[in-house]
Amino acid sequence: MSPFDDTSGLPGRPPPQTDPWEMVELAITLLAINPAGLRGLWLRARTGPVRDRALAGLKTLAPRKLHPSITDEALMGGLDLSATLASGEMQHHTGLLERSGTLQLTMAERCAPGLGVRLGQALDRDSTLALIALDEAAEEGEGLPQALADRLGLFLDLEGFAWGDSADIVLSPALITAARARLKGIVSDTALARLAGVAAELGITSLRAPLLANACARANAAWRGAETIEEADLEIAVALCFAHKAQHFPESPSDREETPPEPPQDQPEEGRDRDESELDMPEDMLIEAARSALPPGLIAQLQAARLARAQSGPSGAGAKRKSMRRGRALPSRAGKPGTGARVDVIATLRQAAPWQKMRRAMHCGAAPDRLLLMPSDIRLKRYQDQTDRVLIFVVDASGSAAVARLAEAKGAVELMLAEAYSTRDHVALIAFRGAQAELCLPPSRSLVQTKRRLAGLPGGGATPLASALQLALATAEQARGHGMTPTLAFLTDGRGNIALDGSANRAQAAEEATQLARAISSRDMRALVIDTSLRPKPQLADLSAQMRATLIALPRADARSLSATLSSALGG
Amino acid sequence: MTPFPFTAIVGQDEMKTAMILTAIDPKIGGVLVFGDRGTGKSTAVRALAALLPPIEAVKGCPVNSARPEDCPEWAEVTATEIETRPTPVVDLPLGVTEDRVTGALDIERALTRGEKAFQAGLLARANRGYLYIDEVNLLEDHIVDLLLDVAQSGENVVEREGMSIRHPARFVLVGSGNPEEGELRPQLLDRFGLSVEVTSPKEIETRIEVIRRRDAYENDYPAFMAEWQPQDAELRTHILTARAALPHVRSSNVALHDCASVCLALGSDGLRGELTLLRTARALAAYEGASEITRAHIRSAAPMALRHRLRRDPLDEAGSAARVARQLAEVLP
Repeated sequence: MSPFDDTSGLPGRPPPQTDPWEMVELAITLLAINPAGLRGLWLRARTGPVRDRALAGLKTLAPRKLHPSITDEALMGGLDLSATLASGEMQHHTGLLERSGTLQLTMAERCAPGLGVRLGQALDRDSTLALIALDEAAEEGEGLPQALADRLGLFLDLEGFAWGDSADIVLSPALITAARARLKGIVSDTALARLAGVAAELGITSLRAPLLANACARANAAWRGAETIEEADLEIAVALCFAHKAQHFPESPSDREETPPEPPQDQPEEGRDRDESELDMPEDMLIEAARSALPPGLIAQLQAARLARAQSGPSGAGAKRKSMRRGRALPSRAGKPGTGARVDVIATLRQAAPWQKMRRAMHCGAAPDRLLLMPSDIRLKRYQDQTDRVLIFVVDASGSAAVARLAEAKGAVELMLAEAYSTRDHVALIAFRGAQAELCLPPSRSLVQTKRRLAGLPGGGATPLASALQLALATAEQARGHGMTPTLAFLTDGRGNIALDGSANRAQAAEEATQLARAISSRDMRALVIDTSLRPKPQLADLSAQMRATLIALPRADARSLSATLSSALGG
Repeated sequence: MTPFPFTAIVGQDEMKTAMILTAIDPKIGGVLVFGDRGTGKSTAVRALAALLPPIEAVKGCPVNSARPEDCPEWAEVTATEIETRPTPVVDLPLGVTEDRVTGALDIERALTRGEKAFQAGLLARANRGYLYIDEVNLLEDHIVDLLLDVAQSGENVVEREGMSIRHPARFVLVGSGNPEEGELRPQLLDRFGLSVEVTSPKEIETRIEVIRRRDAYENDYPAFMAEWQPQDAELRTHILTARAALPHVRSSNVALHDCASVCLALGSDGLRGELTLLRTARALAAYEGASEITRAHIRSAAPMALRHRLRRDPLDEAGSAARVARQLAEVLP
């Protein structure tokens, strides 16, 4: 896009059908112009040549790299141990967050909520800081921590860009400096109110979003060489800053012409806003701009990621693991400082003590009252920690599991939830009926969310047991990837009749179910099968044997006894 | 840059009132703010810090002691003069190590000079002030345990690495978080005196006003501060007046009876609910310049004082706010 392309500024025009790569280029330009206002960029892309091109463009900002497992010391600064030991004087090193400029967070999808919050707080504190988050999310349910997603202005998704679609991004420093100089003088009278209105219509609750979008519109106006914010600037701002945050899209104008608008009881706010603002048409144009900015399905994906992010710190009865930072103390070990571990000072001093005389003899110049430490003396603390436990409920909601049993299963899950709440477990919910299984709730600790999902669970239909096993395995693997210990709890009658490809082939379905059960056992996952059928059949017993799962047959259980059995089988 | 002025925060009246009340009477014991992102939770806490009246402390004392004889021995404070310093508002960042919270062996001195000395932690700095935890529901459990213990006893005891150190740690706990990301342990919930729920404003005019002010704060700082700082100063005076009036606010037997019956009807655990409700109502009365606690004070204080103390019922669909409102309507008509 040429910087003085003023034909796109006509109000009422449909969003310009630009080359998608131009948007990428524009976003990077705008970030370079106004990093303090936009606060950063969420770049969703797998590693590859296309991303490299975008990153090459971002080089203008001279970002400093950080990674999700960065230590607090590297972030906030602290004692430079090696330099201090070498010189015998206190030496500090400055942290990444202590210097202004742009930061680049690689593998942002692995960023723990704690780090996200700290980076977010740093962004709030220091207005000269900006952050580029490189999100390589490969699977549904991965994404940026909310604390960051809310604070970064721009969003780009490079998925689907072929090498041929992209081009090298060359930013002209002179043009950017000129645009930056114009930034201060941009008049943005009505823009804030307009953007606030659009954000409300898109269901974006956070009030940071309109402010960030305003910064984007200002930058775009400055880039165009204009002095006031115009429609085109708002369209760009909405596409780059709002689209990915949208919770829902109001029905598109074409839909509305055909069907009379819904009575406003559903969305009273929106109805009222529209009447009052009388900005009907332009607002719709802006919403269209947001809609067209994103490939379909991405919104759902991002929301799934948000939900999956609803998981937090450690505890519960998970597997033990060695940890460098927390948990029960274990004997300390030799090692290098700066890998996130804490130095065990006493052990270090103890290690150094016997050698003092000898070392003093070697370094004759050393002051007599100075402790002579060698890097090999340093001892690190180790701890034993427990990983989070996640309970994955796989609930059969098919017609064969009679409606009464479904109610009981729901009741049991609710009681288990109350217990999980007190033992601080994570809970995930998979339901299967009809054609395939569905992840109703990614691992979460939110009681409210789980209850809501569970209450809305319908029953009836065929039994896609194989699909359920497949999804359960995938969810468990993902949870394990996040450092949690998964436990699977199946509530089913085991009468699977839908194969993985969706066909009603009972034999194939059984074969696939057995294979998946074996896969679960080979990955050493703890599983529990609760037979909810009225007359237990041997096929479920076989299946659970393949899974090496505990089978509990509860022909006539109420929710409470089911829950009691569950908790004893799971070991509390 | 001075934080965003407290009085310039649009709406969110319950949150603002709760914070003002804890400033009037720190014994109420802190505020928990739970709600949506980008609703100004941390803005309000930082604004509160600028609003609080300064405290007097011994010069150089790491735990903000009011008198020279209160200074802990390990701090080796020799000065006796008193200085005024701003009320400490200490951030407790997530992922903080136990060492930084409680204080630990001063590693720098140990390594460079071979001396055993204590380096005070965040709890020491927060003494007589506020301890703020953003995203409190993401705080790791072992830090929560530690905080609970210190909040209970008002004293921080460090027994490790061959040291035995103790110092007073009395602070008002302020937490904020987003319930979608996880729940808070009931024990920690109980340590907060008041709890408020904030939501993103629903009216478009309010939303516009919020972002307009924020924009003015960022882009037209001097003019914006000139407009709002006098109002903040006025509120500070108001808080000080209320503080002075606090001991003179009478609480009749009727008021005590009202507090007890509300708590009984709600089935809140323990007696902390009654005490907090009474204190909150008294602070509110002082703030409003009343000489006695009335039923109206109790009624408006009850939701924030009791909402988080109800025994949790995972199968109750109605939120705790609704349950408090329901019982209030019945018990205090």
